Amino acid sequence: MLKTWINRAFDAATKRLDGPLMMTLIVLAAISFTVVYSATGGQTFDRSLGQMRNFAVALVALWIVANIPPQQLMRLAIPVYMVGLMLLIAVALAGESRNNAKRWLHIGILVIQPSEIMKIGVPLMLAWYYHRKEDGLALKDLTVAGLILILPVGLVARQPDLGTAILIFASGFFVIFLAGLSWRIILGGIVAGAAAMPVLWNFMHDYQKRRIYTLIDPNEDPLGAGYHIIQSTIAIGSGGVMGKGWLHGSQAQLDFIPERSTDFILAVFGEEFGLLGILLLLTLYLIVIGRGLMIAVNAPTTFSRLLAGAVSLTFFTYGFVNIGMVSGILPVVGVPLPLISYGGTAILSMLVGFGILMSISTHKRLVST
Amino acid sequence: MAGTIIRNREAEVVVFRRRALIAGIFILFAFLILASRMFWLQVIKRDYFHTLAESNRISTLPVVPNRGLILDRKGEVLAANYSAFTLEVTPSQVANLEKTLDELATIVDIQPKDRRRLKRLLEESKNFESLPVRNRLTDEEMARFAVNRFRFPGFEIRARLFRNYPQGEVASHAIGYIGRITVDDLKKIDTANLTTNYKGTDHIGKRGVEASYEAELHGRTGSEQVEIDAGGRAIRSLSKATPASGSNLMLTLDIKLQKVVEDAFGERRGAMVALDPRNGEILALISKPGFDPNLFVDGIDPLNWDLLNNSPDKPMLNRALQGTYPPGSTLKPFLALAALESGKRTTTQGISDPGFFSFPGGSQRWNDDLKGGHGYVDMRKSIVVSCDTYYYQLAADTDIDKTAEFLSLLGFGRRSGIDIDGEVEGVLPSRAWKDKRFARSTPDARKWYAGDSISTGIGQGYNTYTPLQLAHAVAALANDGIAFRPHLVKQITDAATGEIREVKPVIDGRLAVKPANLAFIKDAMVGVANEPGGTSVRIFANAGYISAGKTGTAQLFSLKGEKYRESHVTERLRDHAWYIAYAPADKPVIALAVLLENGGFGGVAAAPIARAVFDFYLLGKMPDPKISKAMEANAKDVD
Repeated sequence: MLKTWINRAFDAATKRLDGPLMMTLIVLAAISFTVVYSATGGQTFDRSLGQMRNFAVALVALWIVANIPPQQLMRLAIPVYMVGLMLLIAVALAGESRNNAKRWLHIGILVIQPSEIMKIGVPLMLAWYYHRKEDGLALKDLTVAGLILILPVGLVARQPDLGTAILIFASGFFVIFLAGLSWRIILGGIVAGAAAMPVLWNFMHDYQKRRIYTLIDPNEDPLGAGYHIIQSTIAIGSGGVMGKGWLHGSQAQLDFIPERSTDFILAVFGEEFGLLGILLLLTLYLIVIGRGLMIAVNAPTTFSRLLAGAVSLTFFTYGFVNIGMVSGILPVVGVPLPLISYGGTAILSMLVGFGILMSISTHKRLVST
Repeated sequence: MAGTIIRNREAEVVVFRRRALIAGIFILFAFLILASRMFWLQVIKRDYFHTLAESNRISTLPVVPNRGLILDRKGEVLAANYSAFTLEVTPSQVANLEKTLDELATIVDIQPKDRRRLKRLLEESKNFESLPVRNRLTDEEMARFAVNRFRFPGFEIRARLFRNYPQGEVASHAIGYIGRITVDDLKKIDTANLTTNYKGTDHIGKRGVEASYEAELHGRTGSEQVEIDAGGRAIRSLSKATPASGSNLMLTLDIKLQKVVEDAFGERRGAMVALDPRNGEILALISKPGFDPNLFVDGIDPLNWDLLNNSPDKPMLNRALQGTYPPGSTLKPFLALAALESGKRTTTQGISDPGFFSFPGGSQRWNDDLKGGHGYVDMRKSIVVSCDTYYYQLAADTDIDKTAEFLSLLGFGRRSGIDIDGEVEGVLPSRAWKDKRFARSTPDARKWYAGDSISTGIGQGYNTYTPLQLAHAVAALANDGIAFRPHLVKQITDAATGEIREVKPVIDGRLAVKPANLAFIKDAMVGVANEPGGTSVRIFANAGYISAGKTGTAQLFSLKGEKYRESHVTERLRDHAWYIAYAPADKPVIALAVLLENGGFGGVAAAPIARAVFDFYLLGKMPDPKISKAMEANAKDVD
């Protein structure tokens, strides 16, 4: 009797969860605790415990989102997007500046970063838009979609927060791409973008330009702009195939790697766990992305397909940009290593994405065609 | 209608699947790029990065040796080290130094003096060096700073060894001091190929024994391999090469004697060198006023530096080696000896002193300082009563070049070779000297005139010598013509092995004179201090030992034809007072030269200091201030 009751409760709790995603998530979380512990000097559990708390909170969010049927999610599209947009405008008008960037907004006792909302808000809105249009491939629809995308991206880029702007743009672009954006337009965009490079260059902030210079030759300013990238490549490279062992990375333990528990945590991981560790991590990411795309492909509605696809591809973008940056092939932008870097907001938005995927994967039977 | 929608939907699903596949392929490709990049870093370039990581991690730090101690001849400490905590700042890590210092001042006592010094150091040093803000923190201040440390990035507390000169001003000119290494010092270190040995060393000897024995005192710098973190802080030691402490120096100085003499000088300016005629060991080396060497150790603040440098009393001038003064009558015994040796005079030959000298048929008169003259004067009396006319005549009868040659043997006009820096030569006048000295002037001005010889004949005119040169000369006389090079270091003790190296006396001159002539001169000098009419006899009354000496007065101010009256000229223009002496007369163990700037008549002002030296050194008697005052007053009217 009790047994069946427990079983039923368990079923109810896990009904909306996706097995493969949950398994991968647990492995990634375990890696995160391990590396965050090492990245904070291996002396205190404070940050590891903090990271567990971050995961716990995000898991609750994941569970809640997973239990919201996609149709309900669709209804949230306009409110979430509109609120996000309002807040971005509010930031531009009355935001708080830290380190020369206006990204934060005080609401009562809360300090929020509205650009984070848009990471979900934009793909949600675009998926809703294309869902409503069904065959929305006309130029007019593309213009509307473009506006939906460009407004928040522009506002975030102006803060300036290039990393987040890129991620929001990517998440929205993936929706449009998956909806069948014509290759001619894509190619045209690439050509136009390349042509506009010199103009863009003039609009870039000095620190952004410096990051590009640094990428080309980090040794030009080894103690300034180049320091991060030099030290992180030394850490990764010196790790070799097998790594130096957990808690034994000299670059990490002796504080040579800046931001070592957040954006540059891959350097710690690569130094202590070597090429094998990194290949394992890439594999886990591939599993997440692959599973996400599978859910997207099998999703019953345009909305859920596009949303699931965009969430998966955005996850990929996170990983690619971060790993590329830490290993010195992309310029330094503030993008965390998904599910490994310490930080509550990033993990929360990531697991909300997972929740969306799970909601889509577990609710399809309920949708009648 | 429904059909098209379904078909559209199917078409859409097909498009989506195709797009998802393209995205998937793109993702695989992108991950392949990342994996290749990792392969490049972690496999192909692994050794390169491993080396970089190791050189990041390991740092070789210099371990600074303890500087050698400086002791006096009896083992009294003159310079020592102590360990203290200092608050230091690396200016490059502080955005607004002034503001931060204001905040810091609420926690740690920071005097205006500390700020001035820091400002000066900032101008002299590179930005990334650690500079002292406050030395000798108290325990309470350390605790307060430790609690507030997070507020002051770039500030750190360090344990450092400091130099301390417990004697303060006493013997400061001989001991010297150390100061922070400047750019000029660095160049010297570099030229001497000692850069490695000075890694981590902040201070270097600047003056005195501290400077001239820098090589012995510094020691050999060790090294330590440590694991460091990104901030450069040492985490743990990997291996260590211990430093070798600098050698300890034992000086020839007797610091108690030194103190007695400095007290006897009081506020008066001047110099005194006392040495052991048997080996050249300097027993006391005084230059007044002195300075407190402790002021220089952490970098002197500009205010004190200006005070020392711009004072009209010139406390930074080591008068004993660097001050040159006309020797006045103290030169007479040496001139007499020269005349005996050259045969220009015999001991018994005498003159009748009318109170002045003039060339036959000449109108110019050179006055004796005793109006009406000393009557009949032979050589002995000429020394005992210090008769000028005798020496005017002698100068007229001798050749200046011959005289210069003889005086040069006694060390006049030459550097003695004392083992500290800064010694000057003085002027031993001769024809060649004058020709060279006035090389840019008219031929007339370069010529040596008979009149030039007359004034140099009583130690005035062109003659100028250092007190050290006079002490050295009188010591040579006392030691029967064998002169030793004056030196300040007696022995050098290797701090590690305990091995003691004695500094051997070096003979730097043998005066080849007839013993009888030498004995005659020495006897005359005994007369100066012991016979009625002797110019210092009152000062040495009831001394308890027999000393030999000679007074001297170096004229600064020539009152043409008028009698010189002390009270009529301002203090700075008064004559310098000299006294040279040795004791005991039969077996001299100490010889000295005293100079009192603007002290007036030598027998009155300078001789009491010699008395105080002998009383203390020979009898262990501390001078009684009341008695010396009385002696001075009593001697007032000798002139």
